[in-house]
Amino acid sequence: MGIAGLVRKNAFGNKRRSILTILSITFSLLLLTLFMNVWSAFYLDHGTPESDRRLITRNRISIIFFLPVRYRDKIRSKPGVAHVVNLTWFESQYKDDKPANFFAKFGTDPDEFFDVYAEYLIPREQLADWQHDRSGCVVDASLAKRFNWKIGDHVPLQGKLFPANLELTIRGIFTAPRPTEAIYFNNLYLDEAYPPDQGLVGWFVVSRDESHDSHAVAAAIDDEFGNYQRATKTGSEQAFQADYIATLGNVKSFILWTCLAVVFATLLVSANTMAMTIRERTRDTAVMKSLGFPAGLLFRFFLGEAVILSLVGGILGTLAGSALVWSIARSPQGTLLLAGLKASVFIILINLLISVLLGIFSSFLPAHRVSRMNLATGLRHIG
Amino acid sequence: MPVPITYNIRNLVVRRSATAMTALGIALTVSMAVFVMSLLSGLRLAFAQTGDPSNVLALQKGATSEMTDTGIPLETFRLIKDLPGVAHNPQGEALVSGEDIPVVSLSRRDGSGDVNVTVRFMSPIGVQLRPNAHLVSGNWFKSGLREITVSRSLHERFLHTEIGDTIPIGSGNWTVVGIFDSNGTAHESEIWGDISQIADDFNRRVFNSVLIRAESPQAAIALQSSLSSDPRLKLSGILEPEYYAMQSKSGNLIRFAGTIISLIMAIGSCFAAMNTMYAAVAYRSREIATLRILGFTRISILGSFLVESVLLAILGGIVGIAVMLPFSGMTTATANAFTFSEAVFRLRVTPQVILFALLFAVFMGVLGGFAPAWHAARQNMASAVRE
Repeated sequence: MGIAGLVRKNAFGNKRRSILTILSITFSLLLLTLFMNVWSAFYLDHGTPESDRRLITRNRISIIFFLPVRYRDKIRSKPGVAHVVNLTWFESQYKDDKPANFFAKFGTDPDEFFDVYAEYLIPREQLADWQHDRSGCVVDASLAKRFNWKIGDHVPLQGKLFPANLELTIRGIFTAPRPTEAIYFNNLYLDEAYPPDQGLVGWFVVSRDESHDSHAVAAAIDDEFGNYQRATKTGSEQAFQADYIATLGNVKSFILWTCLAVVFATLLVSANTMAMTIRERTRDTAVMKSLGFPAGLLFRFFLGEAVILSLVGGILGTLAGSALVWSIARSPQGTLLLAGLKASVFIILINLLISVLLGIFSSFLPAHRVSRMNLATGLRHIG
Repeated sequence: MPVPITYNIRNLVVRRSATAMTALGIALTVSMAVFVMSLLSGLRLAFAQTGDPSNVLALQKGATSEMTDTGIPLETFRLIKDLPGVAHNPQGEALVSGEDIPVVSLSRRDGSGDVNVTVRFMSPIGVQLRPNAHLVSGNWFKSGLREITVSRSLHERFLHTEIGDTIPIGSGNWTVVGIFDSNGTAHESEIWGDISQIADDFNRRVFNSVLIRAESPQAAIALQSSLSSDPRLKLSGILEPEYYAMQSKSGNLIRFAGTIISLIMAIGSCFAAMNTMYAAVAYRSREIATLRILGFTRISILGSFLVESVLLAILGGIVGIAVMLPFSGMTTATANAFTFSEAVFRLRVTPQVILFALLFAVFMGVLGGFAPAWHAARQNMASAVRE
């Protein structure tokens, strides 16, 4: 048994203590992994390259206020605008209010929707069928799988915000690179069902020409409607989502502070364990010193023990955290609010590094003290 | 006979560093729980306390909140004033206020960006329908002038809200003439002004909502149902307190995320407490054996170590609560899920929150301390005393 074996055996000398320490670190690093992934999804994710080419034009005051549909042609005339389509969120329920039956429903224009969302793929015949059926709709393949829908099935939606009930027929199933859990229908159908809001839409999605800069296009659009009563605010899809998250509260600082608290708590746990262990083995360490083991080696022994424990905890925690992230990203609420949430190898590696550092920092002081202690005092130590 | 509690206290004091570190870990978990609970408590208070039981809110039929794009026409407003059950003030005016609530974008003082804030334009009599509101400085807005009165919490959070400042709303500028306080109710998120001034601005001759004071809470209930059933009016009536209670659902996301995070942190803390107590038991095995020889039963040993674990946890709990206390009363905000503007409220560390946090700490102490205490109680006397 070499040095490595000695360190390993000592690390698990008191099995119960080691396991409890590892478990405690696991839970902390699970939280850390979760938070980092959420942060990345909210603030760092840039979306797909197609998403990068899209801009969202909404009512400047709030997303809940509508825009006149006649803005669409004016937007189209701006330089750099390749396609523009309207989207309106239809607040409604399918069957009942249970979360299992929740998905996103949007009214749009079948003639241009798939031009703007070019990465959503749909067979040409199905698209043509949708364009010819005013009460038709297209659904995401993941949604069709969830509810076992086929082409021709009926999807009744009861409006919750305005008293409009829609009877939709599935005319097409599209596949998107990331599941959207959404259904799209013809907005004119909604106009017929609820005339008071005719001519008004939720927002516009613009797909821009590669050759034009997104800020320039956004500015051109907002300038056009700057003095209108319903002024616009145009930005990237990411900015749109970040705006919404900012309204929830100071999410950034909450995440930062909680991560700090979690790291600090983990440090305490690890330091506590190492302090106890090292104190109990004071006499053993003194014996090893008297046998001739140099202080530096003994110091590294203890560091190694701490790192083994924290690393094992770190591996378990980051894997569990990533698994949690993976399952949240697949839930319907997760796809809507946390688009872009995905497990990341980079974050796993960062967290492993953090756990190694935690192991080193937590054992540093006691290990240093015991490796340099006076031999006589050490051999005399009780308990 | 139970083991004297001084034994436990002394032991915690002697093993100072282990006690401190474990207690600190528990303190962090408790702080997180207190933070989440005081956020929810403040939010609930803000919405629950808002609304007078004699007030009925009339909304356009089918609307779930005052934020709608279309509204209640002027003729309907006049019809409401003549309904039976509507209260009148000493001057004989019907206590009915037509209200419009557009939203204006203001910059937060801390530089974290621009947010939507609710502006409530009301009939001048509308102030009388809200007895909770009182002036802190300056004056109420005068009827017929472009004046606004800002809530104290908004004044603290946003720039350009001093008396004398002007804020652009719609197509004109409005002057701040006063600051009001509404006892932490939902009106803390609002700016108030005179509705007659905005008719041309927003191109509307309609109201988002109409607030009516009934002669009594019973009359309010009757008024509410007659409003909803009258075919001429096309309205939905709802008692004001119920309306605001509904909006407190905005806290659901905070509650969900906060509970999960606190639970995960608590599990981690339990393991840490378990570790500390196991080490304590191992360290003191000879003492435990001595106690048993002296005649203390297994149950009393079990109890003693449980008590020690709980004491440790309570220590951590007190530190955790103390750290959060200075934050009580701090103004913060989240998105009102119904109006999409900023719902300002105050963090409230209430006695309930403190009690619950302490119980939470005790719970962690019991969970973490049980297994080690059990282990201590089951020790074999003879072998332990020889260690």
